[in-house]
Amino acid sequence: MSFLIPCPHCGHRSVYEFRFGGEVKARPQPAAAAAEWMEYTYTKANEAGVQKEWWFHRSGCRQWLQALRNTTTNEVVEAFFPE
Amino acid sequence: MMQLFRKQRMWRAHELKPSYDVAIIGAGVHGLGIAYYLASRHGIRNVAVLERGYLGCGNSGRNTAIIRSNYRTPEGIPFYEESVRLYERLSRELEWNLLFSQCGHLTLAHTDSAIAGLRVRAENNQVLGVDSRVIYPPEIRKLVPTMDMSDRPRLPVLAALYHPPGGIIRHDAVVWGYARACDRMGVEIHPHTEVTGVRVARGKAESVITTRGEIAAGTVVNATAGWASMVAKLAGVTLPIVSHPLQACVTEPLKPFLDKVIVSASLHVYVNQTDKGELVIGAEIDPYQSYSLKGTLPTLEQMASYTLELFPQLSGLRVLRQWAGICDMTPDYAPIIGVSREVENYYVDVGWGTYGFKAAPAAAKLLAELIATRKTPKLIEAFSPARFYGGQLVGEKAAAAVSS
Repeated sequence: MSFLIPCPHCGHRSVYEFRFGGEVKARPQPAAAAAEWMEYTYTKANEAGVQKEWWFHRSGCRQWLQALRNTTTNEVVEAFFPE
Repeated sequence: MMQLFRKQRMWRAHELKPSYDVAIIGAGVHGLGIAYYLASRHGIRNVAVLERGYLGCGNSGRNTAIIRSNYRTPEGIPFYEESVRLYERLSRELEWNLLFSQCGHLTLAHTDSAIAGLRVRAENNQVLGVDSRVIYPPEIRKLVPTMDMSDRPRLPVLAALYHPPGGIIRHDAVVWGYARACDRMGVEIHPHTEVTGVRVARGKAESVITTRGEIAAGTVVNATAGWASMVAKLAGVTLPIVSHPLQACVTEPLKPFLDKVIVSASLHVYVNQTDKGELVIGAEIDPYQSYSLKGTLPTLEQMASYTLELFPQLSGLRVLRQWAGICDMTPDYAPIIGVSREVENYYVDVGWGTYGFKAAPAAAKLLAELIATRKTPKLIEAFSPARFYGGQLVGEKAAAAVSS
């Protein structure tokens, strides 16, 4: 077992039940300039520490959720449904 | 006679000088390689290589030491081929035996679509002068008689891309060889010197702040693989990189039974037998971003079960060690080499994902040329940091050994 994610619907489940969805970023407006969309698509903070990220519980409730996880220790501080 | 028993230092310790022409962050095979080619090819010797841990403590000592050039894209193939050619001459050049064994490399196909992919690679390789061809079970059986070629596995072996110049090298020796050669030319290597900041003024890096003091630098180079994003952030440079762990393991030694490198992209596993007889087995990258170097049981189980699909006679073999390295994955599975978008004298040699070790001599030599001449060598033109923002991606994913 590598680590558990406390799914707000299913409880503590293995990370292998989830699909990693990357760090949470602010999405540009549809009409934003191409450069802004490129920045959104490619540039990553790639934080070493606690970051807010997307997870999809594909072998569970099949909901997208967000988690605060420390990427250096894999400790999940909190998981919740996005607002 | 007594000289024989004295410790022969391969590189010396130095106090930090107040100023260097080039400060390279990361003393792995890339960082030391850049320093080596700057000094040997361009006479730039006032160089410091700064390392947080010990030499080669990152991916230079964690990879599975496979060398090959049978990539897919017209940008990638000549670049990796240049690297194989440099590796072929490197033992002689560094006067240090790197135990390079060009034993041959097989990429297996288990599906019709995988065969189609290998055929594209073989054609592209041959046009660009790389020894590479698709072979089928009768020839595979001859080359690797110990592999299970029956239809017992869920995914039987249907074909393979055979790349005779591919092989295995002693990766620590490459690091030490470069380090020794650097030291002899007056390049300073500073292990246990962590970079904590880069002072930037008017779009130009002026100095590097380390745990042992601040040094002025004419040029700063980031060659820190998995930690590239964090090191780049110190200078306000952003990168399109996500760091994922990649795990590998080594088994107890066996009598010689496998003298080829075996890679299966469908099974997400690669296997080779070292000179000591141990099997080195690598996995695909972990399916989530992380900087954690801890090995995990699901990955170990995956490596073991896929290896047993190919070599069922190995059941019962014990694992000695399992480890992880942190891979700096880019969106197009190609590296990022060149001057950063934000800071004019800040160069990056990053985005090396799962293919950094085999590319090190070429990347280091060509980046050294760029730093010395300010002209981008043709072989790395396609890998510039700006390519993502102009929609010029390279698309090497199909030829990565184990993409997720």
